[in-house]
Amino acid sequence: MNHEPKTNNIFKVIGASSLGTLIEWYDFYIFGSLATIIGSQLFPSDAGASALINTLAIFAAGFIVRPFGALVFGRLGDLIGRKYTFLLTLVLMGGSTFLIGLIPSYQSIGYAAPILVLILRLIQGLALGGEYGGAATYVAEHAPKGKRGFFTSWIQTTATLGLFLSLGVIVITKNIIGAEQFADWGWRVPFLLSIVLILVSVYIRMKMHESPLFSKLKSEGNISKNPLKESFSKKSNFKMVLLALFGAAMGQGVVWYTGQFYAQSFIENTCKVDFNDSRYMLLWGIAFATPFFVVFGAWSDKVGRKWIMLTGMLLGVLCYRPIYQEFLDRTDVSNVTPSEIKEVSAPTILRTAIHDAAHTVDLHNASTAVKTIKHESGDSLVTTTTIVSLVDGSSFHKVQVDTLYADASKAIGHAPVLYKDKKLASNDFWVFVGLIFFQVLLVTMVYGPIAAFLVELFPTKIRYTSMSLPYHIGNGVFGGLVPFVATLIASFKGSTPLSGLWYPIGIAALCFVIGTIYLSNKRDENVND
Amino acid sequence: MKALKRTLGIVWILLGPISTIFMFWQAWDKISTAPAGIDQTNTALQWGIILLIYLPIAAGLVIFGKYALAGEFDELPTNSEEL
Repeated sequence: MNHEPKTNNIFKVIGASSLGTLIEWYDFYIFGSLATIIGSQLFPSDAGASALINTLAIFAAGFIVRPFGALVFGRLGDLIGRKYTFLLTLVLMGGSTFLIGLIPSYQSIGYAAPILVLILRLIQGLALGGEYGGAATYVAEHAPKGKRGFFTSWIQTTATLGLFLSLGVIVITKNIIGAEQFADWGWRVPFLLSIVLILVSVYIRMKMHESPLFSKLKSEGNISKNPLKESFSKKSNFKMVLLALFGAAMGQGVVWYTGQFYAQSFIENTCKVDFNDSRYMLLWGIAFATPFFVVFGAWSDKVGRKWIMLTGMLLGVLCYRPIYQEFLDRTDVSNVTPSEIKEVSAPTILRTAIHDAAHTVDLHNASTAVKTIKHESGDSLVTTTTIVSLVDGSSFHKVQVDTLYADASKAIGHAPVLYKDKKLASNDFWVFVGLIFFQVLLVTMVYGPIAAFLVELFPTKIRYTSMSLPYHIGNGVFGGLVPFVATLIASFKGSTPLSGLWYPIGIAALCFVIGTIYLSNKRDENVND
Repeated sequence: MKALKRTLGIVWILLGPISTIFMFWQAWDKISTAPAGIDQTNTALQWGIILLIYLPIAAGLVIFGKYALAGEFDELPTNSEEL
């Protein structure tokens, strides 16, 4: 029986699968991107309760529910088929995203609001865990021999494009309705928009046929009766699941997360680059690098998957520290000389009474501030902010926080000067874009070929289950832990701003060693078995 | 290469429990140093979830090492019939 599809059919298959997966990633990311606004609208102002619910939403959705979704939907996909399973994940993801956009505020319904957010976020994690394996398997089982890397790489672009789309929709919505309206109700628009995208995608997917390989198995009565048992209790298959996880997926996960998320977080929070600039850099970097998913996917059809993925990991191990050191060096404004300064704005002074945050007074110049402070009783914090513009076109906010004591005999306390909201000179901006591009390029090397790699590792009847779990542990757990472990390492004595990088470097190095020694570069051309 | 694959199996077997002990030690350290009250509960919740998901992964690393030591990865299957 010939299962070689026609070229126009395979592009329909790729289009239908990729669109749905892209929307799932979009749905997953907008929650993260709008977490601050969601927190202020739907969570209690009580920091403690809010933190607990947030922890559950972030940690449980990413680390527990996602791998669990991989098992639940992987099993389903191997029992009832790929098409209906990834239709179900799409509806669950889209439905929960849409419903998040409809949840009344905490002011209206109290604790029901954050609890609903938590439940819907867990459903999102569950759906995401089931989607990827289905889409990758579905496309791979339609792809002709020798082109599986090329065709599945289109699915691989969706995670990055989903991030791009979510950032784009948020920025556009915010620009159209204004920041104030966006914070009030406009943040709901990206969530509500999801239902339109989902309906289109479900309509397209409904018209697709079941995977030919799964249909063949089903017609022959050869589908697995218990995919979980066959995947994880049969040694010959379980050892390949472990090899996929420790020799490929975990390294891929940390490279993926570092390039796309840690970079932005580091630039914004550690280097203190302006909020918009940091997002524009990421958008440019992603836009330039995304085509390389397909390039490396197609190349892996010719030279094998192993060395492309492992080279991406090795380059990450070798280059992360120099790249992030460059980020720090180019945003270090502590040694700016007077000759480099073009203009310094009049200072904006904010006075805050200590232990009484309600009494905050915004003062516009230093002389008034001093006059007012003299009439206050108690200690105060005085924050003086100036905007410094440099001749090269860059600028930054210089913030000095002083403590004024009611007891005049005490000396004024000076905190270290802070530099924030840095806008980079044009050449530095593009150097940053280049460095982000390089990191996303590494993502394309490790991620582009991995769908084909995983598909070829496992037999048709348990493929969905077997490939989904290592992928989601590698990507969701090892990748998702990057910020947590980076913060943990930063808390160690003697740590530096670059210390957090030891986690992705260490995991990528370990994965590189295991992959180099244990993985085979041979492609399994026959996935019909 | 086969000898190297098998020998490294011992490293993977050891890495599982060593990393688990490190994680538990870190969890204990961070939870005990967190300010009492909701902060401590939140830190305990975070570490509880991390350990819950990490333990099976560490067990998987030990099993991976055991398979490597036993020569299960000396020759990888070339097609699904061998799985």
